[in-house]
Amino acid sequence: MSTIAGWAGRVRGLFTDTKGPWGPSGSSDEPPSDDHGGGPWGGPASRGTGGRSVAPLDDLLRRGRMRFRGGGGLPGRPNGSLILWAVIGFFAIWLIFTSIHSISPGERGVVTRFGRYSYTLGPGVGLTLPSPVDRVKKVDVESIRTVDLGSQSSEDLMLTGDQNLIDIAYSVRWNVRTPELYSFQLADPDEAIRQVAESAMRAVIAQVSLQDAMGDKRSEIEAQVADRMQRVLTGYRSGIEIQGVAIQQADPPDEVNDAFKEVTAAQQDAKSYVNQANAYALQLTAKAQGEAAAFDKVYEQYRLAPEVTRRRMYYETMEQVLSKVDKTIVEAPGVTPYLPLPEVKKQQQQQQQEAQQ
Amino acid sequence: MTAFIRQRPILSAVFALFVLIVLLSSFPTIPETKQAVVVRFGKPERILNRYEAARPIGSTGAGLSYRIPFVDQIVWIDKRVLAVDMEPQPVLSTDQRRLMVDAFARYRIVDPLLMYIRSTTEENLRTQLQTILRSEVRNELGRQPFAALLSPERQGVMDDVRKSLNVQASKFGVEIVDVRIKKTDLPDGTPLQSAFESMRTARLQEARSIRAQGLKQAQIIRAQADADAAKTYAASFGKDPQFYDFYRAMQSYQATFIGDGTSKPAPTNIILSPQNDYLKEFTGRTK
Repeated sequence: MSTIAGWAGRVRGLFTDTKGPWGPSGSSDEPPSDDHGGGPWGGPASRGTGGRSVAPLDDLLRRGRMRFRGGGGLPGRPNGSLILWAVIGFFAIWLIFTSIHSISPGERGVVTRFGRYSYTLGPGVGLTLPSPVDRVKKVDVESIRTVDLGSQSSEDLMLTGDQNLIDIAYSVRWNVRTPELYSFQLADPDEAIRQVAESAMRAVIAQVSLQDAMGDKRSEIEAQVADRMQRVLTGYRSGIEIQGVAIQQADPPDEVNDAFKEVTAAQQDAKSYVNQANAYALQLTAKAQGEAAAFDKVYEQYRLAPEVTRRRMYYETMEQVLSKVDKTIVEAPGVTPYLPLPEVKKQQQQQQQEAQQ
Repeated sequence: MTAFIRQRPILSAVFALFVLIVLLSSFPTIPETKQAVVVRFGKPERILNRYEAARPIGSTGAGLSYRIPFVDQIVWIDKRVLAVDMEPQPVLSTDQRRLMVDAFARYRIVDPLLMYIRSTTEENLRTQLQTILRSEVRNELGRQPFAALLSPERQGVMDDVRKSLNVQASKFGVEIVDVRIKKTDLPDGTPLQSAFESMRTARLQEARSIRAQGLKQAQIIRAQADADAAKTYAASFGKDPQFYDFYRAMQSYQATFIGDGTSKPAPTNIILSPQNDYLKEFTGRTK
């Protein structure tokens, strides 16, 4: 250890002495500041103060040179021990930082010893061998990551089973299940997830009809895609778990949107036809029931006294009718009644005028 | 020794550094994600951390290894599952319809030595695999009718692609893990437009049929209502047809001559004969 410290000191000395062992050690070696006092900075400093300020630097240089010339004994004892302590301190910090690892609850630490997978650290504080031997890679296993596919702004058309096109946007949620597999098995896992998701979604959509894809089979499709993705990713031994797939948008392409709106309009029309018919049916049924009930009531009474009721009804009706109309009774038989048709017409005209007014 | 160091400090420092580098490079650490081919003067000597399917990670050949400095060179080869992506390319189905197919394959280098000999670098390998993938996809899918192209997984077409691709790829020391179709698109232009057109007409047809169905249903409902009403009437009025005749006649007279309350009937002149039933008491009783 002490030899290393000594070396370090020597190396330091090497850098302090600007000329080093190459240049001649004469007075011409001295920095120009010594000769000109004011120094290369051209300040107004007096010669005396300038000389004093340079003196320690000069001293340091001389000592440094002495060390290389083998001035005698171990060079710079106090300096050496300082360096030793610095080195020890450095290694201590190194040890602490590279062998104690705090793993937060959502993480796991994958430990590799000389590159080979060794074990996985759980949450908490974990101890490992220091850095060049053991290395720890923290992998977030709890947080669920989301990948969005097929943007909502642009069209991402997919062919359905009935050879229609659908514009679809969806997202995949996933997390890491096995951190060591996730770290070592798959190159570029994110891209793999995207590709597998696209492939799975396309495969599922190609087996359903457009109507199903847009309508109520969405959740079924989501489940199927998630299932397919999981199988493929497990096949890669990727250590990835698919949490779910969500279809954000499944619409017909813009080019045919009007036709789809026409279908909606037709559905509403059809509904209104049926509603109108239902209203008519209700009305008619109610009317029939009402009339039948009225007849039944009257008939009940009629049955008790048929003849009287019949006559009564007859007279009442005749009364009402004949009281409201013009009547002519031709008493003597054989008289041809004269109908005053012009008068009737006049009457009619008058009535019309009244009605208009 | 110490004397030499004291006399030639820089030289010795450089030398020490050199020794350190050589020492470190003689013991390379092999990570889990890499395989290594040790090449001695251009001749492959050993394979480190070779992929073996049965071995779980942690008990593989990864870890510390050694090599002779300057003599042995290490060629690093990825051990993970890698991807090769294909540019979308047209495939002609047996019924002469075009489809743009975008596929990808996942592979693993299982024989790094063979791979090193045949392709030298991973980049070369990828280019070669891309070419093979392209031709295999076109060959296999070109034997299918259009409908089967839409979901090639169902008929096991993709398995065929994978198998034949695997045969080709094994010459490069590569095992194909998976081949999948990422996208199947109709080519831009006429095929896409005609697909839109057929979608549009299908929708319009659907709209018409929905309207017709609605009308039909409405008609049935109305007819059913009429029938129900008739049934109700018949059940009630059928009890005494003669009385119904009379009852309804009375109602009818009222409606005709007086109106039903909502509209006034046309003025009427009635000429009655004294023989009328209504006036039979008018002339005094004959009996």
